[in-house]
Amino acid sequence: MSIARAGAATVLVMAASANMAQAQGREQISIVGSSTVFPYTQAVAEQFANVTGAPSPIVESTGTGGGMQIFCGGIGEQHPDLTGASRAMRPSEYQLCQENGVESVSEALIGYDGLSIAISRSNGDEWDLTLGEVYQALGAQVPVDGEWVDNPHETWSDINPDLPDSEILVYGPPPTSGTRDAFVELAMLAGCEQLEYVESQGHDDDWIEQNCSRMRQDGPFVEAGENDNLIVQRLNADSNAMGIFGYSFLFENLDTLKPVLIEGVAPDENTIADFSYPIARPLYFYTKNAHRGVIPGFQEFIEEYMSEDALAPGGYLSERGLVPLGDDRRAEMQDRVINAVPMDAPAD
Amino acid sequence: MTETTPTRGIDWASPETSSRLKARRRRQNRLKYAGMVSIGIAFLMLGILLVSIISSGYSAFVQTHVEIDVFFDPEAIDVDDLPRSNFNAVLAATMQAQFPEVEGTAELRRLTGILSDGARWTIRDLIVENPDLVGETVAVSVPVADTYDQLYKGFIDRETPEQFRRLDDAQIAYFDRLVEEGRVEATFNWALFFNADSRFPELAGLKGAIIGSFYALATCFVLSFPVGIGAAIYLEEFAPRNRFSDLIEVNINNLAAVPSVVFGLLALAVFLGWFGMPRSSPFVGGMTLALMTLPTIIIATRAALKAVPPSIREAALGVGASRHQVVFQHVLPLAMPGILTGTIIGLAQALGETAPLLLIGMNAFITSAPATPFDSSTALPTQIFIWADSPERGFVSRTSAAIMVLLGFLVMMNAVAIYLRNRFQRTW
Repeated sequence: MSIARAGAATVLVMAASANMAQAQGREQISIVGSSTVFPYTQAVAEQFANVTGAPSPIVESTGTGGGMQIFCGGIGEQHPDLTGASRAMRPSEYQLCQENGVESVSEALIGYDGLSIAISRSNGDEWDLTLGEVYQALGAQVPVDGEWVDNPHETWSDINPDLPDSEILVYGPPPTSGTRDAFVELAMLAGCEQLEYVESQGHDDDWIEQNCSRMRQDGPFVEAGENDNLIVQRLNADSNAMGIFGYSFLFENLDTLKPVLIEGVAPDENTIADFSYPIARPLYFYTKNAHRGVIPGFQEFIEEYMSEDALAPGGYLSERGLVPLGDDRRAEMQDRVINAVPMDAPAD
Repeated sequence: MTETTPTRGIDWASPETSSRLKARRRRQNRLKYAGMVSIGIAFLMLGILLVSIISSGYSAFVQTHVEIDVFFDPEAIDVDDLPRSNFNAVLAATMQAQFPEVEGTAELRRLTGILSDGARWTIRDLIVENPDLVGETVAVSVPVADTYDQLYKGFIDRETPEQFRRLDDAQIAYFDRLVEEGRVEATFNWALFFNADSRFPELAGLKGAIIGSFYALATCFVLSFPVGIGAAIYLEEFAPRNRFSDLIEVNINNLAAVPSVVFGLLALAVFLGWFGMPRSSPFVGGMTLALMTLPTIIIATRAALKAVPPSIREAALGVGASRHQVVFQHVLPLAMPGILTGTIIGLAQALGETAPLLLIGMNAFITSAPATPFDSSTALPTQIFIWADSPERGFVSRTSAAIMVLLGFLVMMNAVAIYLRNRFQRTW
């Protein structure tokens, strides 16, 4: 009896205090968004909390699309202040923001990220692929003898006799991942466009997007889950397997992995920044300007994120693998974002 | 007739009988060996799991530290605003004094990179606590950066060509000199338990996750234990047996089998969506886990109540006790050990649950431990999830170490459950 009574009382007390806690204002900055931007935001958040002594910001990795949905949910302390994105905001997302009263949003381009295709150093061959070859190895449907058929290629030499006669086996991210979206857009679609068949048939971009977006499902491409460390371990165990992941993972594991050159270019800080390495993408974050000055420390956090310490070459974000912007571009971004200049509606 | 065949009884010596017997024994042995093989496979798998976790995780329990002589230069330290002084300059000067031949800011910065990024906060806290240290030289032990930690533990192969190594020859030479001078030592990694999360592996710890898990479990216990017992007592002792109570019973059994992620979605929609409760908080995590644990507790409690012999109830009723008195004074105390065992096992399950916590945002990166159950935090399984996804090498071993800590808690809870069962078990 007494147990039950005490229990019921505690439940009531806890429920009441939950309401109280909620009624108080939020003291920490709340951040959502892309898993690719996540490590950089983490770094800024920790730096910010250490330097200012302010409560540690809450950084959550929700993916770019998920982050936009939550971010554009509205104004007020139950909605996050900032979202990271591994692509620019889409017109539909901007529309959603506007509809929910999130009118002034600043767009910050913070740098670039490369997607690397890597293979174990114990693999003896020198790998240099064109995007067309990457597409022919991994696309669901490819042209063979002038016919658009299910991908029959089993070894790299099936695609190009000059390539090594080893089996195609590539570990990559699942469809839920932003990395996968970027890979499809930057490597698969671009590779498809290169194919002679597509060119000679005069297919346009819509056709390419409809027919070339799917990865093959018959074995040679393995969806390895969101965990890139797992892919790294697989590559070390199997010297013929390749893996697709963000450049920062290759950078951390250069002693056991080597990059597969794309169009003769290896990913590094310079080739990613000037886009001569073709599988590179810009990284952004978006700030909710109505929350500046309302959420304690939010403006200071943005200033820390846009500071030279963080963003400049040699800054602590580039130590983590972010490829920095050029000096002029960076100065322009710093100016715009710190002064809360709202972005224009993205074009379709 | 010279021969008589026995009409009854079996000729045990006949070849048919003995072959039938042999076949029976063979079948029996096959069953026995199949059982032994299954157990063997189970143990083998457990062994592989433990060996792989321990072999990759043991190194995280040790952290390399370096002792440096920090001179709190009055020029570099801003006496009026101590916390905001330029501690990077203090550290750079310290390393310069150690390696006088190093020239140029870039090289000096590379040299200072041997120290963990947290070193400047360590010395900041030191001077803020004791401002008299300005102008003094103090020997301080600070963690080394993750790559040097990996080097000292032998995970970076010095034979690898220089351009593929995370550390070049010059950096290794600096570090080796510190080792020769006896300034480097590997000590137990207390930071793993007493630091909150960090992006630097050498500073990252489980404090936030352990406290978050504790708050979540406490909330889960406070909610699910009384409600679960209440429901079980009603169903077992008071409810009439009819189609309605059968329906309830079937549904409770079904609920116990619902995948946990479904409860996470429910919590996301109801607790966060409707009630507008704070995201990422252990309190909401605990409420979600309570939904999941409730059916387990109800089923365990009902089993424990059923196991109390009816004679006890009848005897109590016979001397004039009310049904209420029978339940609370006789049946419930006798059933308590079974109830507690079931509850602890339910809570242990909840402790290891990840999926529902991911949905309510308990996988956030937060560099401080929660002060109340309403502050944002992670829990042990979601912390493992975050670390497993981090690119730095040091997090590979820390992930396994966190798994070992979680397993440790689970084993402890199960041990308590077994102890309670053995200590208070009654046979009738």
